[in-house]
Amino acid sequence: MPALFNVLASGRIRPDHRPWLRAEVDAALWCALAQQLAEGRWTLLGLWGDAGAVHMALLDATGGAVGVASLACADGTFPSVGRLHAPAQRLERTITDLFGLTPVDAPDTRPWLDHGRWPVSRPLAARPGAPEAAPYAFLPVEGEGLHEVAVGPVHAGIIEPGHFRFTANGEAVVRLEERLGYVHRGVEGLMAGASVAQGAALAGRVCGDSTVAYALAFARAVEAALGVAAPERAQWLRGLMAELERLANHIGDIGAVCNDAAFPRLLAPCAVLREQVLRAAEAGFGQRMMKDRIVPGGVTADLAPAGAARIRALVSTARAALPELISIYDGTASLQDRTAGTGFARPDLVARFGCGGFVGRASGRGFDARRVLPYAPYDALTFAVPVLDGGDVNARVWVRIKEVEQSLGLVTQMLDRMPEGPLGVDLPVPGAPCEGLALVEGFRGDVLAFVRLDAEGRIARCHLRDPSWFQWPVLEAAIEGNIIADFPLCNKSFNCAYAGVDL
Amino acid sequence: MRTLLLDALLKGPLTEPAPAADDAELMALAAQLEGAARRRLGRGLAIRQVDAGSCNGCELEIHALSNAYYDLERFGLRFVASPRHADVLLVTGPVTANMREALLRTHAATPGPKWVVAAGSCACDGGMFAGSYACAGGVEAVLPVDLRIPGCPPSPATLLKGLIALLGR
Ligand code: SF4
Repeated sequence: MPALFNVLASGRIRPDHRPWLRAEVDAALWCALAQQLAEGRWTLLGLWGDAGAVHMALLDATGGAVGVASLACADGTFPSVGRLHAPAQRLERTITDLFGLTPVDAPDTRPWLDHGRWPVSRPLAARPGAPEAAPYAFLPVEGEGLHEVAVGPVHAGIIEPGHFRFTANGEAVVRLEERLGYVHRGVEGLMAGASVAQGAALAGRVCGDSTVAYALAFARAVEAALGVAAPERAQWLRGLMAELERLANHIGDIGAVCNDAAFPRLLAPCAVLREQVLRAAEAGFGQRMMKDRIVPGGVTADLAPAGAARIRALVSTARAALPELISIYDGTASLQDRTAGTGFARPDLVARFGCGGFVGRASGRGFDARRVLPYAPYDALTFAVPVLDGGDVNARVWVRIKEVEQSLGLVTQMLDRMPEGPLGVDLPVPGAPCEGLALVEGFRGDVLAFVRLDAEGRIARCHLRDPSWFQWPVLEAAIEGNIIADFPLCNKSFNCAYAGVDL
Repeated sequence: MRTLLLDALLKGPLTEPAPAADDAELMALAAQLEGAARRRLGRGLAIRQVDAGSCNGCELEIHALSNAYYDLERFGLRFVASPRHADVLLVTGPVTANMREALLRTHAATPGPKWVVAAGSCACDGGMFAGSYACAGGVEAVLPVDLRIPGCPPSPATLLKGLIALLGR
């Protein structure tokens, strides 16, 4: 049995939680788990609030197991995890903003998502409060010759809104402080009480570039809760959509990173290739981004008759186009000069924060949910998980190039071996509350979904954790010592989600 | 580089013909803009995109307008970095409470004559986020809207149609 399960077993195991363990623990065990997180024994997968309780999802990487510890907050407080383990801090600030629960001895007690603009405070608490508006206190800056540059939330390009506060010494960045939350739409509030169908549509609208990954994570969590599985063909079609989504994002972003290094020569062909992926997705599944195609129980659309041929043609086009694009990337000294050595993400930080996706894999952290916690169809497919240790913009681009190659191989395998059969199963009415957890590999990293259904099968609580929760803080560290002008390049090479973390 | 030049010579451009503006709302708007916009701005419009709480899906399709298939700039439409250079605000998202002021300030910074285009279901009426404590429920709730382009997200062809209508072509 994985070590994590042994530790959790001393709590009260919830029989209605699937597929891994959730245990109700006491404050002592909660604190011990936080200490073990800080020691690197576990990786933090999520930390979220509930009515009068907090939940912490942990990964036991050696045992390939996930477990959730829950602590009842009788007096509205809980021992801070962020006090010992920095990756928990923004998650704790979010819990306070949404549920009004207070982490005791937390090092940072400023609000995170709540900008004092909502008509209520603690919107998800049993009794929301009156709005509280106070000016946001950015970290103080002291020192000779330092100056601050404030950027955002509205940026010069067509990107999502966020605020970046740079402290610079001359051109070099001494510190970056991020302030996000601008696109908080209240997703988890809308989820509460929604039907599973509405929940699936909402999940697909949390983060536009990862609509497939989010819908898949949500669907798998609901299916786990209900103890059902989507039919085999549906699982494979989901895999096909997930890889097309990965291809579209990786290809588009490789071009965009080069563009941010003032090299539009690669932006143009990558944008064309990305468009071809989206058109193939539309031919296959009727919608360019494959939105609303994955629902709990299965998929809503079969692969169109002409779709398979169209997707195969895409694979050949991409395979033919890639070598030249790669040789341009690799062979242009002025471009390499910008990407090599820039925006170094330290492997120890990446491991501590549990950065997923290409941010982790470019700094030596090889975690990939498709491999470590395999789910269909990946358990039946052959693929490599490319891992590099350069940690710079260049390494992140290279991981993505290699992942494009892997995804093309996966798409071909799935088309070759696509099983026949039904596209969905009917969902049973649970009859009693039940919960499920899922971890799915999106292009950016692992997306976590926790869903609790009530006896009628409506959503009682749904929490969706974007991979960027653990990547944004590392970007703050990676930019240190770089010049401000390289921030767009570093930022794009991380490509963290705004909507995904703001919810 | 050699392959690039050869491809450009032999394969021809990828750019596709412009979609026609067939929608009644678009035609009406085109007619209304015909005089003022054409007289003051000529046949070109500068667009400032503002994400007011989008999931980023709409932005991805707006980005696609610049790829070789749609090539937005051939119509005299271009994205600009500052609202002070803009004629059109292209707004996405249900307007979150946290973005409301930034949107209003961006609008105030845009010199007149100016037009506001709501792109995507969220911007049109709040979409699935209407009714949330954190959203105004569409651009209309905050600013006067001149044109709505529905869709979740609207495809680049749909966006192109709407934007071309702004030029009254
Ligand atoms: S309309 Fe759809 S794609 Fe656009 S922001 Fe809203 S949910 Fe996202």
